[in-house]
Amino acid sequence: MQHNPLPARRKAYIGTMRMLMWISVAIAGALVLFLVGYVLVKGIPNITWELLSTKPSYLDGTIGILPNILNTVYIILATLVVVLPLGVGAAIYLTEYAGNQKIVGMIEYAAETLSGIPSIIYGLVGMLFFCQFMNMQTSLLAGSLTLVIMNLPTIMRTTQESLKTVPQSYREGAFGLGAGKWRVIRTVVLPGCVDGIVTGCILAIGRILGESAALLFTAGFAHALNGLFDGLTSAGATLTVALYVYAKEQGEFDVAFAIAAILMVLTVLVNLCAALVGKYFKRKNSV
Amino acid sequence: MNIITAKDLCLWYDTLQALKNIDVEIPEKTITALIGPSGCGKSTFLKTLNRMNDLIPGVKITGSVCYQGKEIYAPGVDVSELRRQIGMVFQKPNPFPMSVYDNVAYGPRTHGITSRVKLNEIVERSLRNAVIWDEVKDRLRKNALGLSGGQQQRLCIARALAVEPQVLLMDEPTSALDPISTSKIEELVTSLKEKYTIVIVTHNMQQAVRISDQTAFFLLGELIEYGNTEQMFSKPKEKRTEGYITGRFG
Repeated sequence: MQHNPLPARRKAYIGTMRMLMWISVAIAGALVLFLVGYVLVKGIPNITWELLSTKPSYLDGTIGILPNILNTVYIILATLVVVLPLGVGAAIYLTEYAGNQKIVGMIEYAAETLSGIPSIIYGLVGMLFFCQFMNMQTSLLAGSLTLVIMNLPTIMRTTQESLKTVPQSYREGAFGLGAGKWRVIRTVVLPGCVDGIVTGCILAIGRILGESAALLFTAGFAHALNGLFDGLTSAGATLTVALYVYAKEQGEFDVAFAIAAILMVLTVLVNLCAALVGKYFKRKNSV
Repeated sequence: MNIITAKDLCLWYDTLQALKNIDVEIPEKTITALIGPSGCGKSTFLKTLNRMNDLIPGVKITGSVCYQGKEIYAPGVDVSELRRQIGMVFQKPNPFPMSVYDNVAYGPRTHGITSRVKLNEIVERSLRNAVIWDEVKDRLRKNALGLSGGQQQRLCIARALAVEPQVLLMDEPTSALDPISTSKIEELVTSLKEKYTIVIVTHNMQQAVRISDQTAFFLLGELIEYGNTEQMFSKPKEKRTEGYITGRFG
């Protein structure tokens, strides 16, 4: 076969397309770099030990975000404690026990839809249901229960997907030795999908960390320094909500950018964790 | 003495009848080979013997299977205990993704043995019986998935032996293995005959001749011929058996 040189028009076309792609990539990359760089440059100089270790006080004249850091930790803990058993339990039931595949399909569809709903709607419903109807007032507890509903589909679906990857032959082997259903699930199936559960967990943490709309409605804006249990029953702002409050209502942009920088670093850390966990389990399972 | 008797056994997957009026008597401490072309029902039959078909939705069974004189499909039968006594080795080696030791100890632990000393003893004895002890004794704590295919299959046999079954059902245990591993498993199976009753599905005619005492030939869900292996392979009574074992179809 003879090699003909490409016609000039075709060459020009390829060149233009390649350039356009380069420009897209450059814009996308530059935007990310600019955003991250801007936040870090404006934020990091404002992160001081005082900021991290005090609460806002008009008497002492301090502005500190320790209460917000703690509130964030509390809300993550409270949400995970409720959502993990619920989500993993639901996933186990749907994958291992449920007989009626039609209903399973409907529930899966509902869960997928649920995870696509804008979070402010969760906030509205959470406020009406938890804060008012259940009389929890505006509190971290109401906030974390709202986040439970938001994260339930994620945890359930990631667990389900990873339950499905456990080979049927493991189950057969265990049943063949006379193991009962629950023992098979506990000793053979669940250990095989820990990676999925952990990944779901980390994704949920990332989502909670970044959530503000739903919490504006349900968890409130307070900056009081509380212990875990007092904290749950009282109102409190997480880091993202505090970011909003400082920037929008108090005009403290230095603090807002400090919080933004912290959140950015935390998000990167969470994503890194997810990647590392995935890698760890992949290596462990492929010995 | 027959340890397993199937009478008039029929099985349906939804509307598809996979077994048609099977009558088989399996004598104790012998090796029975089940042969026949793919889809003839031999694996299905094997799995009715320890009720592994219970796991498949839509299966319906009529007729009777008796183990040591007792109907295994009667209501109230302890399926877990039945499967302890009638163990199973699968076509593809399926060790659990845990250590060699934990694999073998899985069955005994399931049935309530917790004593370290006792478990150690069971694990060593089972691995020795499955002729794999010398190969794994230094790596009991290593993940079983690191073993070769043949070793994995012998580990699965050890795992099945660890619960002290009476019967061992084997579903083409060598079809995924190389010739050397295959011959090791065959030797092992022959030696296990002293203590256990073995029912083995095989696609390999030579294997059936080499190791089994009696052979059952299945075709399209029916049991065509069942009898002494030597007789069946030298003078089959049925034309269809002769056709299959001489390779005219399959």
